[in-house]
Amino acid sequence: MLKIEKEKLPELFAKIAAGQELYLPVNISGQVNFAAWDEEVQVDLTTLKSVKSPKDAFFPQSENLYTCKREGKKITIEPEELKNQSFVVFGMKACDVQGLKVLDQVFLSDPVDTFYAARREHGVIVALACHEPEETCFCKVFGIDCAEPAADVAAWMAGEELFFKPLTEKGEALTKSLEGLLTPAGEAGEQAVEEEKAAIRAIVEKLPYSNLSLEGWNGDALTEKFDSPLWEELYKPCLACGTCTFVCPTCQCYDIKDYNTGHGVQRYRCWDSCMYSDFTMMAHGNNRTSQMQRFRQRFMHKLVYFPANNDGMYSCVGCGRCVEKCPAALNIVKVIKSFQKQGGEK
Amino acid sequence: MDTCTCNKNYTLDTLIPQVGVITDIREETPDVKTFRVNAPEGGKLFEHMPGQCAMVCAPGISEGMFSITSSPTNREFQEFSIKRCGVLTEYLHSLQVGDEITVRGPYGNHFPVETELKGKNLLFIAGGIGLAPLRSVINYVLDNRENYGTVDILYGSRSADDLVQLKEIQEVWMKTEGVNVYLTIDREQEVWDGHVGFVPNYLKEVGFSTDKTALVCGPPIMIKFVLAALMEMGFSKEQVYTTLELRMKCGIGKCGRCNIGSKYVCKDGPVFRCDEIDELPNEY
Amino acid sequence: MQELIKRAKELLADGTVVRVLGWKAGDLPYNPEPAYFAKDTDFADFVYNGFCGANLSKYMIEASKMEGKTLVFLKPCDTYSFNQLLKEHRVEREKAYIIGVGCKGKLDIEKIKALGIKGIQSISGAELTDEAETLTVQTLYGEKTCAYKDAMLERCHVCKGKEHKIYDELLLTSRDTTDADRFAEVARIEGLSPEEKFAFFQKELGKCIRCNACRNVCPACSCRKCVFDSNKFDSSQKANADSFEEKMFHIIRAFHVAGRCTDCGECSRVCPQGIPLHLFNRKFIKDIDEFYGEYQAGEDVDADAPLTSFTFEDVEPSVVSTRS
Repeated sequence: MLKIEKEKLPELFAKIAAGQELYLPVNISGQVNFAAWDEEVQVDLTTLKSVKSPKDAFFPQSENLYTCKREGKKITIEPEELKNQSFVVFGMKACDVQGLKVLDQVFLSDPVDTFYAARREHGVIVALACHEPEETCFCKVFGIDCAEPAADVAAWMAGEELFFKPLTEKGEALTKSLEGLLTPAGEAGEQAVEEEKAAIRAIVEKLPYSNLSLEGWNGDALTEKFDSPLWEELYKPCLACGTCTFVCPTCQCYDIKDYNTGHGVQRYRCWDSCMYSDFTMMAHGNNRTSQMQRFRQRFMHKLVYFPANNDGMYSCVGCGRCVEKCPAALNIVKVIKSFQKQGGEK
Repeated sequence: MDTCTCNKNYTLDTLIPQVGVITDIREETPDVKTFRVNAPEGGKLFEHMPGQCAMVCAPGISEGMFSITSSPTNREFQEFSIKRCGVLTEYLHSLQVGDEITVRGPYGNHFPVETELKGKNLLFIAGGIGLAPLRSVINYVLDNRENYGTVDILYGSRSADDLVQLKEIQEVWMKTEGVNVYLTIDREQEVWDGHVGFVPNYLKEVGFSTDKTALVCGPPIMIKFVLAALMEMGFSKEQVYTTLELRMKCGIGKCGRCNIGSKYVCKDGPVFRCDEIDELPNEY
Repeated sequence: MQELIKRAKELLADGTVVRVLGWKAGDLPYNPEPAYFAKDTDFADFVYNGFCGANLSKYMIEASKMEGKTLVFLKPCDTYSFNQLLKEHRVEREKAYIIGVGCKGKLDIEKIKALGIKGIQSISGAELTDEAETLTVQTLYGEKTCAYKDAMLERCHVCKGKEHKIYDELLLTSRDTTDADRFAEVARIEGLSPEEKFAFFQKELGKCIRCNACRNVCPACSCRKCVFDSNKFDSSQKANADSFEEKMFHIIRAFHVAGRCTDCGECSRVCPQGIPLHLFNRKFIKDIDEFYGEYQAGEDVDADAPLTSFTFEDVEPSVVSTRS
């Protein structure tokens, strides 16, 4: 394990950024989100959760797929170049790293999404342990240990130092490029990290959602859950906005659209939301016409359909962003609890 | 898949289309045209199986999923029968021979012509534009005649003018040995001396024996009543295949909109055996 | 809070209403959700405290389509929205039994968290009956306190007043929370150079993730189908296809609600990226006040709206270019 003093972090970032693009949590106008580093940005490693998950480093909110040009009757297609240079995402949390594993199931399964695959291949992730978890966190429910993030590099903030432990070849290579800045952590360092982990885990035990039970939520629960009358009550306050979807680290639904630039047609894809009324609309009809159906779809997808197709893996990682951001204070925890409560009353 | 020139480590993404040239347009009915599509350098755009679909796009206008109506046994081209019913199809209908479009695919599963259907007596039941996916299977079966038993085709439409592929039906299918074709239209017409009545009723009138596997495609309401009729006639759900249609964008089970429960129509479908459909939640 | 429950149960029992629209306690101390109550037992979860910021007038659009009368609890500022919706024929007066509830300023959990308070277990001082000026927050990291005022939503600092503009009856008393000038920030931005203004909006709107929360929560955004949801419109409602897209969305929305926006502040309350969206609307309100005389949308259902009624005294459209 290696370490660096917190006050030297700007030097570390500058050195990483000298070799490749660096994305990290940045405060822009009061909100923390992952963004590209430069000397001007205000890096924020203390805010636990970025508003948006860092998934857009791998699956951008909007990306061009190709440009289509027309000359007379002739059409030519110029595919967008795939990511072909390495980049570093610094400060991802354990839940968001697991979020990528969920996205991997979708985008890396046959047929592979090459745009995503190229970014995954070239991305180096430095994951940061969650100093002081918050009441909206429930990663433990999904078996995630936020004290021990597993990525290319694991990092901890303890005291006035940041500890740095490469875990993969990519992580080793990055670490090697930072020689001189990182120094051996020593036994005292190892000790500090162990103490930090213990402190984190002690708090996690006390978090209000940590004992949330997922009992009954699995791929086999399809009909029973789908037909529940509870959805009709639960969806009521839903405003049909896309906040939950767009802050979520695992939501992967997208739309494909054309944008006429005047010099050609840009085919792009962008995040979409199953909460939107036009999501399933087509020329001859719509199979999810009510907001209840759309609301149900989101939670059924995360807790039933996704596990059914992915060996039991849930498409939720307990980051709690939806808990914090839903304008109507709805969220996946409330849904799970409502079903549990109803089960108890039976 | 072609090798992508921009990065040799990856093949071309399945979301990147190919350019297709329209080499023939047949006006089937007042609102259905069949488009023949070739690669710009000639030949087929890709290989496919009967029942599979492809995303046809008029760049800048829109893109939509259409079933490939030509049979894979056709070595020269692919065909799409397209009904005018929205922004995209309206535009496609305005195109001329020589115009270019983009096509990506093929997507989805296909009718199990090389497995479950092999050696079986086949009963095709189609309504209106629903003949499009079945036509691919029918011609595949006719071109591999020795692999299948009897072939019965029951096809109906609103009027005589709305029957698609009529020329091929009359000149090829009706003249093929061991193939029985039953045509019907919804309402009487002077020019029509054939059967009049809805497809499900005609089906019961003819009263096919249950030693057949049925392949059904048409408007949802027709499928519903055809299924009921088949059950009434003693068919089991395991003997019936149909296709589903929902809004699709990616075609590869990733964009998230065409799911019914945990199944994606674009990837796990469009072809489903009816007992499989029963296991899906009622959201289609 | 108990008096609200008692009255609601009475009105349900005597058949005046068939359902009640209020707030249901959440599973955290600060996340109550808008909810319907119909049976006596439903009220176990009923809550009304400082975190009930949601403007229930918007929900009355749907409730007006339901069978029977809905009892709705509206805060003073919410009644402006209800009036405006009434004026626009989006809600039905006969379908609503309005109980005007008192308010002492609503709380913004984001502000509390911005003070460094996290790991929240419980919060006291948020009840309407609490006379305390301080919130006491028990957290996993120790007890924290903050002044009630420091945790209030921006809109409460520029409160339109304690008076309900439409109601059938009133319960609980309000208190004056105004301690800032509603148009100060607009005036400050007006004073910037064009470059500075652009930089300000670029920075704020650049955060937009196109989630549509502002639009969907907005009582003035009551179109059955929004132009941004139309596939015939050469714009995308979900992504910023170019760097101007999100600005266009917010500018169009501000124009569309101009003269109708009551300044309820819901847009800014729900924005996940903390964009001060109310500033756009307030700029229009300030201009309308200056050009056509003071006007508050939703204050009076029968008053003429300045942008939809012509008078010879109206300013000429060229006013924009001639203004200093």
